Amino acid sequence: MSDVSFVRTEMLPEKEPPGSSVGVIGWMRANLFDGVINSILTILSLIFCYFVLEGLLSWTFQSVWNASSLTECREVMVATWGKTHGHACWAVINDRWLQLLYGFYPPYPAEAGVNFGEGTGSWPAYFRPNLSFVLLLIAVAPVLFDKLPRKLLIVTAVYPFLMPWLMWGGSLWGPLMVAAGFGIGLLAYRLLTPVIGGLGGIIVAIALPVIWWLFLVGSVAAGLESVVSISIPEVESRKFGGFMLSILIGVVAIGCSLPIGIVLALGRQSDLMIVKTLCVGFIEFIRGVPLITLLFVASVLLNIFLPPGTEFDIILRVLIMVTLFASAYMAEVVRGGLAALPKGQYEGADSLGLNYWQSQRLIIMPQALKISIPGIVSTFIGVFKDTTLVSIIGLLDPLGLSNAIRADAAWNGIYWELFAFIAFLFFVFCFGMSRYSMYLERKLHKGH
Amino acid sequence: MTTLTDPPKASFRLSMLIYDTRYRSLTIQAVAMIGFMLLAAWLINNTMTNLETLGKTPQFGFLLEPAGYDINQRLLDYNSQDTHMRASLLGLLNTLLVAVMGCITATVIGVLVGVLRLSKNWIVAKIMTVYVEMFRNVPVLLWIVLAMAILIESLPAPRAFRGENPEATMNLFDTVAVTNRGIYVPEPLFSNSLGNIHLLGQSSLRFDVSVDLIAILIVFGLSIFGITKVNARAKRIQEATGDRPNTLWTNLGLFFVPTGILLAALGFHLGYPELKGFNFKGGTHMRNSLIALWLALSLYTAAFIAEIVRGGILAVSHGQTEAANALGMRPGRTMRLVILPQALRVIIPPMISNYLNLTKNSSLAIAVGYMDITGTLGGITMNQTGRELETVLMLMLCYLTISLSISMVMNWYNNRVKLVER
Repeated sequence: MSDVSFVRTEMLPEKEPPGSSVGVIGWMRANLFDGVINSILTILSLIFCYFVLEGLLSWTFQSVWNASSLTECREVMVATWGKTHGHACWAVINDRWLQLLYGFYPPYPAEAGVNFGEGTGSWPAYFRPNLSFVLLLIAVAPVLFDKLPRKLLIVTAVYPFLMPWLMWGGSLWGPLMVAAGFGIGLLAYRLLTPVIGGLGGIIVAIALPVIWWLFLVGSVAAGLESVVSISIPEVESRKFGGFMLSILIGVVAIGCSLPIGIVLALGRQSDLMIVKTLCVGFIEFIRGVPLITLLFVASVLLNIFLPPGTEFDIILRVLIMVTLFASAYMAEVVRGGLAALPKGQYEGADSLGLNYWQSQRLIIMPQALKISIPGIVSTFIGVFKDTTLVSIIGLLDPLGLSNAIRADAAWNGIYWELFAFIAFLFFVFCFGMSRYSMYLERKLHKGH
Repeated sequence: MTTLTDPPKASFRLSMLIYDTRYRSLTIQAVAMIGFMLLAAWLINNTMTNLETLGKTPQFGFLLEPAGYDINQRLLDYNSQDTHMRASLLGLLNTLLVAVMGCITATVIGVLVGVLRLSKNWIVAKIMTVYVEMFRNVPVLLWIVLAMAILIESLPAPRAFRGENPEATMNLFDTVAVTNRGIYVPEPLFSNSLGNIHLLGQSSLRFDVSVDLIAILIVFGLSIFGITKVNARAKRIQEATGDRPNTLWTNLGLFFVPTGILLAALGFHLGYPELKGFNFKGGTHMRNSLIALWLALSLYTAAFIAEIVRGGILAVSHGQTEAANALGMRPGRTMRLVILPQALRVIIPPMISNYLNLTKNSSLAIAVGYMDITGTLGGITMNQTGRELETVLMLMLCYLTISLSISMVMNWYNNRVKLVER
């Protein structure tokens, strides 16, 4: 018997993986050239990308930024590159970007009769809309990111009353008195509950502010204004336009539609037959018709539905209809969340002895809203995109303004640059929102 | 010693309407009902008062007056002397036309993009992601006007097709002309046509039905019926004997021959568009407005459908595929019998609601001048007659009918595929 061993007795050192399966080459083999079909697809895609990028990049970056009309733009193009197509004329954006952002909102709002010249006034240009926007970011931030100090929520609470005052101007007493209505309600509830019992307290706490808002606010605010005047120059609604208008409509509709939508969803899920029928009818009606018909209602019919002589401006009417529209969609999203909760959650809440509102507030809603976050955000995005429809009823949102700019002889015939600019701004907002929703989903995902 | 007494007989007190949960729901509902009635009464009262002041008491007589405007893209015959009702009908048909065309293209593009987004090929997946994000995050109205601008600005005018060395030529073997006035495609013609049946006389709802089309449909339907019969017989034989007779040639013959013979008998040929004077004549003219709307709506909705398809496929857990493989199923069968039924349960409901969105978004046709129902009834008819209330109500009614029918289909499907819980 020989002692020749055919089995290796010592371990070999580990070897590097072959060069073709790691690094850039390995990645390309795995992801781009994995088989014949994939290789063909990759090459075709690369050719496609090359042509698209080549055209798009030269169009975007070999462009004219300074010109006062399209003709001048073309002259510059011919002088520089020898041809007019394939190069963007961003001069139109350079010339009109303020209009695309703010519409005809005056940069330095002044009282009628007071004549402010260009660049005068104690505030920077477009101070009021800009401040509203910055405050909006501050007001929204603590809602979006829970790491921020909770004190910022004060801004959130104040914002709904501050924003209309900043944007439309007029007396501060109006929004203050409207806000006071909530205070009155709260006060009535606190004071009266020990006297006339919980239910009576709630009824009075709802009835008093409603009476206050319907009949008293106007005269009290006017009275206070005549005593102590705190007012800034008013701006008419028809001067609103551009992205400012889109954001205004979007923010108001989004802000109001979530609570209304939750209430509608609860109504639709409830056992009360009449309440349920009313909610289903409302939701299905709104969801069954296109937004444009609701905007027609806003532009031609809403004044007919209201008491004779009521005139309120088109932006407010559009806000109402867009809010109703968004709430119906929101209600369906929230209902989806409610329906997706396992029955055990409802039964668990019942077995703990919680009443309806307690179980909704503590157990059902937190989970249902969490499930419906993607839907809620995509409804937000949809509403924000749908604000462009107001251009059809003649409001000057960015698309409406692009027509107005084209109607000017200097920029007649310019399409792509305006559309690209508008599309870019919408993309930034909507893409941002969808990314935030993904972040929130990851953060709230408590499962394993 | 204990005595058994009956529980105290519950007597009804008024306060129980509020504090007793058995009766409280009644109270709440009564209050809600009364509130709703009051609101409705208030709105209707306001409306009546306002309309009387304006001198526009609601009536629908205007529908029978001559419309006086033209509809350039139409499916039925129409002239400007026809009534508003006929104009609205044509508008409705145009809405349905663009909706059906849009749904089909959107589904095809959407499924393709959704599957490609899951591709292992990195660059293909990224291109599809860019497409989806680009279309989803920009308003559809912008896409529609952009498509219209592209069609008008970048396509050749009809006169570019003229001359010895034209700047532009027709596509697809000289059958399709793509111009900035629209696309001209060949139209089917019959030299031995059987004529038309005129239905509903001279009324506003009249329409013609081509006997040729009916004949073709009947013959084709019979062929399909024959094919199912042949397949059923093949299956019976297979189950009885284990051998499946070859049905391929019979089926192909049944599919093509009878319809082909009928088409030949009717003298079927295509009418090609031709350049005559300043414009193309002959063929079917699809106007820019229709094409722009169709393209934009399809591409926009396809982005949403792609996400739905992707989500649906991802929603079927990998364990299902593995289990099917463990049972020895081939990949094709795994897809058909295991993955697809489960993915479709997730895919179909949101897909249908996207069809609904597409149909509703088609109302944006008004931005490019396509005469759909919003353009006719809610646009020109409303402006000409000044009957805002009636036209908007009818418009909403039309859309509601379409939407509710689609939702009914969806609810039926949802109930059929619902997972049964306790």
